[in-house]
Amino acid sequence: MITQVWQWLTSASSWEGSAGIGHRLLQHLEYSAITVLIASALAIPLGLWIGHTGRGRWMVTAANSLRAVPSLGLLFAVALWLGPKLHGNSAYVVPSIVVLVVLAIPPLLAGAYAGVAGVDPAARDAAHGMGMTEGQVLLQVEVPCALPLMLSGVRSATLQVIATATIASAVSLGGLGRFLIDGLALGEYNVMAGGAIVVALLALGVDTVLAALQAAVVSPGLSGGTSRFRGRRTRTDRGQPTASENEPGVVGVVAKG
Amino acid sequence: MSFVSANWGDIVHRALLHAWLAGLPLFLGLLISLPVGWLAQRSRVLRPFLVVGSGLLYTIPSLALFILMPLIIGTKILDPLNVIIAMTIYTIALLVRSVSDALAAVPADVRQAATAMGYTPARRFLAVDLPLAVPVLAAGLRVAAVSNVSIVSVASLVGISQLGFYLTDGYERTYGTEIGVGIVACVVLALIFDLTIVLLARVLTPWQRVNAA
Amino acid sequence: MIRFDRVVKKFDGGSVAVDNLSFEAQRGEITVLVGPSGCGKTTSLRMINRMIDPTSGQILLDEQPVGQIAPAQLRRGIGYVIQHAGLFPHRTVLDNVATVPRLAGWSKAKARTRAHEVLELVGLPGDYAVRYPSQLSGGQQQRVGVARALAADPSVMLMDEPFSAVDPIVREQLQDEFLRLQRELGKTIVFVTHDIDEAIKLGDKVAVLEVGGRLAQLAEPAYLLAHPINDFVSDFIGRDRGYRALAFQDAPDFPLRPEPTVELGTTPAQARLATSDGWLLVVTDGRPQGWIEPQRITVPIESAMLHRGGTVARNHGPLRAALDAALSAPSRRGVVVDDDGRLLGTVRADEVLRAIDAAERPAIDPADIAPAESP
Repeated sequence: MITQVWQWLTSASSWEGSAGIGHRLLQHLEYSAITVLIASALAIPLGLWIGHTGRGRWMVTAANSLRAVPSLGLLFAVALWLGPKLHGNSAYVVPSIVVLVVLAIPPLLAGAYAGVAGVDPAARDAAHGMGMTEGQVLLQVEVPCALPLMLSGVRSATLQVIATATIASAVSLGGLGRFLIDGLALGEYNVMAGGAIVVALLALGVDTVLAALQAAVVSPGLSGGTSRFRGRRTRTDRGQPTASENEPGVVGVVAKG
Repeated sequence: MSFVSANWGDIVHRALLHAWLAGLPLFLGLLISLPVGWLAQRSRVLRPFLVVGSGLLYTIPSLALFILMPLIIGTKILDPLNVIIAMTIYTIALLVRSVSDALAAVPADVRQAATAMGYTPARRFLAVDLPLAVPVLAAGLRVAAVSNVSIVSVASLVGISQLGFYLTDGYERTYGTEIGVGIVACVVLALIFDLTIVLLARVLTPWQRVNAA
Repeated sequence: MIRFDRVVKKFDGGSVAVDNLSFEAQRGEITVLVGPSGCGKTTSLRMINRMIDPTSGQILLDEQPVGQIAPAQLRRGIGYVIQHAGLFPHRTVLDNVATVPRLAGWSKAKARTRAHEVLELVGLPGDYAVRYPSQLSGGQQQRVGVARALAADPSVMLMDEPFSAVDPIVREQLQDEFLRLQRELGKTIVFVTHDIDEAIKLGDKVAVLEVGGRLAQLAEPAYLLAHPINDFVSDFIGRDRGYRALAFQDAPDFPLRPEPTVELGTTPAQARLATSDGWLLVVTDGRPQGWIEPQRITVPIESAMLHRGGTVARNHGPLRAALDAALSAPSRRGVVVDDDGRLLGTVRADEVLRAIDAAERPAIDPADIAPAESP
């Protein structure tokens, strides 16, 4: 079985053409990138605003409760409802993108919110006290301090999107999911498994790139590597921030499709 | 409503299957995460490997993992064992970090007091560390439970029977009601899991209730 | 000068934090607001730079109501130091300190040059500049907090319990250096603390506030110790008031007695010849090291044999130090030194007490003994 999968993965014909691995890999990346960009543009400013003002926290909780909705169900429901109203390519691309954006929002929102809300109150007080305007407090103090959690949110959302985009092939979206869904339909296990391996590697690769990016842009003062005095405990080191005892629904940035 | 009443027995049956596929891995995952998380919290050298390594498992998309299970453990594609093991892997991926954080959150002075009283390390872990870690642990478990219930429904794409069946079947028959029923049933199941963990955590931590009052 | 004019602050829900507060903080002085928690001292401080706005009344900064100045502009001209320093964790020490000059529009190079200067000033030499706050101890973080507030050279500084989160030894160090710095810089400082000893040590004037935000008494520390205006103030100042007040009275010319001394290494026989009674003072280069009992030694005097319990008083220094020197010396002869720490002579407790008897206490202000006006 493994040899068949290997053969499929390594034969040139699997990689070429519009139904080849290369094209679908790019397609998958394209959908994922568009989705994360749209969702970030919506959720991050909102999360920053909620964290900065302390108003509208219910939105974070509400978005988080979305996690209980199965992504597969959301995908099918939206495709069934929106699909007939659209024409051509957009009939299957738009519903998928809409669902992917919706699913990417909770981790992005929670990350941006929790990042800003978790800024040391003394640092915020000092920032106001030395004469920073609200905008300066946000951009010079809160956002840089929130970066670790914010970027963890981006990583979670990206993984969620890559995973759900795979499933979205069940509602005719292109991308790597096609190999899995079509392989299933035709009973070609080598295609399914080969596609699954490529998707898994893509997810791992993208996450590694984002992790490196995160390490590069977060101030060394925040990443904990400099800490000689282990006084205050922060949960801002690498990886997905997990649940907090006090606000499990709000800080949990983890998402999965 | 007529769909629900006409298929009530079937819905309950699939809900129980769903609960089994999501719940058993939760239990197995917790069982495995406890020693691994403990090790991660104890050893500065091992911690990054264990926490990052288990976190990497979580990046594998669920449909891909379901499909790859036969390749790894030699089962048939329709074997529910694929789902059980895949979900256990995801649970471990989430909980190792939770366990390690939860144990790290046990106040050092409490731990030292217990040691000074003469607890052996193993007894101290069971009698002091573990109970005090329950709140953080429960929070991690809640995230994993809700995530599991949602992911299990994806397994209907590879033909494993559970509530996700109503989603795929409803889509194929362009029958919105059936999808709606599937979604609601999944959400209700997730809520039941969530509530159960919250209640269990409350029962296990009576001292927290006193403080909250 | 900062002037509070009938300032009232009520919070939502009706609790009164500050009640009709009027007082002046003089230019170039440290005015300490002290009181128990809930006395509105922090609220009062934060109304000066408009972190909080008063419900009624006004605060004037050099006779200009602060309410007329835009908050951000006002705050950039006022240094602000808080309890946990509030350093920005994502910026190096240098960039933390350069923040206010940068806000004021200085070039990056100029702001950093200035930041290096103030870091030097607060005793954090060069290599600390490139560290991040998480790499500093609590006391060092607090120094950076002070440096950051000083960076744009504001004439006014607000300090909210800046030293209360560090351990007692570091706190005393920071207080001493703060006083040294203030002698150099002469800022107008409003300083909030709940610690009356800190208030008395640092304040040129001390304002004692009661719960509910009423000013109980505003006076110089020595006056406050001598004439607390009511039971609340006397209770708050606490015990040993008479003794502590001696810290504010300088000693007169004591009739210092010459004290026979020996150096380290003196043999027991020589030491016994030198002593007039049971105790002998050991000095090095004229600086007192400790006392010794010649009758008890069998080998030449070593450093480890010295009795070091006695304190040393500076000539013409506070009476409290002179009395303590006399009381703490095993010979009951208090050691008095010059400004270089060289022995001048000794003084006995009864002589110090005579000086205390003769010294003038701060005269009571007639207003403080007038019957209280009915409201």
